[in-house]
Amino acid sequence: MHKPKTLFEKIWDSHVVFQEEGYPAVLYIDAHLIHEVTTPQAFDGLKKRDLPVFRTNRTFATADHNVPTKDQQLPIREELSRRQVEALVKNCKEFGIDLWGLGHPNQGIVHVIGPELGITKPGMTIVCGDSHTSTHGAFGAIAFGIGTSEVEQVLATQTILQYKPKTMNITINGKLGKGVVSKDIILYIISKISAAGATGYFVEYSGSAIRSLSMEARMTICNMSIEMGARGGMIAPDETTFAYMKGREFAPRNKDWDKAVAYWKTLPSDKGATYDRELVIKAEDIEPMVTYGTNPGMGVKVTGTVPTEQDFTTSSEKENLAKAMEYMGLTPGQKMIGQKIDYVFFGSCTNSRIEDFRMAASIIKGKKIASNVTAFVVPGSTHVAKQVEKEGLDKVFIEAGFEMRGAGCSACLGMNEDKIPSGKYCISTSNRNFQGRQGPGARTFLASPIMAAAAAITGQITDVREML
Amino acid sequence: MKKKQLTKIISTAIPLHMENIDTDQIIPARFLKATNKEGFGENLFRDWRFDMDGAAKPHFVLNNPIFKGEILIAGYNFGCGSSREHAAWALSQYGFNAVVSSFFADIFRNNALNNSLLPVQVTPEFLQKLFETVDADPSAIISIDIEKQTIGIDNKELVEHFDINPYKKVCIINGYDDVDYLASMRQKTEAFEKNRKNDFSITF
Repeated sequence: MHKPKTLFEKIWDSHVVFQEEGYPAVLYIDAHLIHEVTTPQAFDGLKKRDLPVFRTNRTFATADHNVPTKDQQLPIREELSRRQVEALVKNCKEFGIDLWGLGHPNQGIVHVIGPELGITKPGMTIVCGDSHTSTHGAFGAIAFGIGTSEVEQVLATQTILQYKPKTMNITINGKLGKGVVSKDIILYIISKISAAGATGYFVEYSGSAIRSLSMEARMTICNMSIEMGARGGMIAPDETTFAYMKGREFAPRNKDWDKAVAYWKTLPSDKGATYDRELVIKAEDIEPMVTYGTNPGMGVKVTGTVPTEQDFTTSSEKENLAKAMEYMGLTPGQKMIGQKIDYVFFGSCTNSRIEDFRMAASIIKGKKIASNVTAFVVPGSTHVAKQVEKEGLDKVFIEAGFEMRGAGCSACLGMNEDKIPSGKYCISTSNRNFQGRQGPGARTFLASPIMAAAAAITGQITDVREML
Repeated sequence: MKKKQLTKIISTAIPLHMENIDTDQIIPARFLKATNKEGFGENLFRDWRFDMDGAAKPHFVLNNPIFKGEILIAGYNFGCGSSREHAAWALSQYGFNAVVSSFFADIFRNNALNNSLLPVQVTPEFLQKLFETVDADPSAIISIDIEKQTIGIDNKELVEHFDINPYKKVCIINGYDDVDYLASMRQKTEAFEKNRKNDFSITF
């Protein structure tokens, strides 16, 4: 009898090429996703070393972080952005990598297109120069974000040097309440264990509440694992996973499909497998969530209040609260419901898939956004944008007063023109409420797509359950 | 490719009393548009250092001429958030050789090590001592010995041991580079590919 293994250990062990005593493992990477922002310096490194890309068929490229979401058919106006996107085009051509750039039907946010095209599969190792690579773990893959030096390592060798992280299992059992969606699960977990609570760990999510989620909902959870410091998040593959993947462009076909599914079914953690840390959460305890502060751990249930000094014990926690309050312009102890908002952003690798827009549209349909609100929708990919149109959701948003845009990362990180003005409040379906994240001085409330939809209608933070 | 070699850092330090400093603060996304590794130092902590019109904010510690040095002392969970290596480049180009904190985010730690910017993780108590010492005496000398894995406050004769992964320690002291090491494994990687079972990761 072999020692029982976790999902993580099975995948890790099957990808170790070599390990010297005292050295990190040389880990084989099955798929490397690349984009314009974190690769130009890595390609420069290859050129200096006179090395080719080791496995071009395992390298997938798109432009997402720095692309405009308006007039995508025109040349990019902003010079530096244009040059960076052009550098990606040139590097992909020079090194023989297929690129799904602006105008290509497969273009979109890397973490949206990987799963949607069937590139992301159970049992894989996936990296990308982007911290939200953890998204792909929803399929039962080891997926994590890397820096540009590591991008260069993977381009040059298809391997990366890694120490094995510790493992954590977060079990969420039970049934989610009305108006509670996967974004609330992850915001709840982060609020409980803090923005550094899982640093050093690879997290597996399990339990009946996770099993009942769709693939897109699972992706939202794994996506934000990094917001509690985790190296990655993952969910064991099951019938929901296989049903989602079947027939996608890069999924195995015919006999290969059957063989693949048979293998994938061996991946879930063995009975008796142990983790370095276990956490159990009751689904019934989770309510619609919203953040009040300047890191994703600073979140409360929507019916709650902003904490006060008395809620914290250490002086540094009290100081963190005071600094966050100063930046956010909020008052300790104030109710979240009724807090006014100025902007609504639907998008980002966390919540920009078709199900996100369906659930938001179900709230918005037949209503108008509040007169004080500017709202825009940025689909995660060109495929999602097409599907939104096919289902007529674009009309729902436009009639309500939203602006529809093309695919990209957009106001999640404010790298292109899509920024929230200084001092303004934005309820956002994205993943980070850091100072200045959505633009210098911008103030962010993170929430689920339906919570953002409810706030768009009322112009203030609202308990979406009252609209269901 | 040979990199900068680092064995000892002996310097005054700059105290940054903040926890959870994320990489968006270290270098905001709008400065990630470069295609080379230059020019990030001038935008380090951009929105804390300068106002919207580009004027220096006098209260931010990097704008206080009393504090200088190659060592940045910062609060718990330094470098959380985005994987942007530009954060490590910005700190390094500004002139830092080490960041001292009681906790580092994973990706930042790797990025820093890959750029010979030493992340020194100390106990919360030692961090507190460091802050107190430097706040009271900006000319206090901090000594970091990478070989011995120690950090010391010279005028207080306080020394603490810190961890660094043994492979990276060798790399930083000798200026070795990961790509060279991994490229030397080429035959092993090819053999791994050839002998693999159950690889459904790409459609061939």
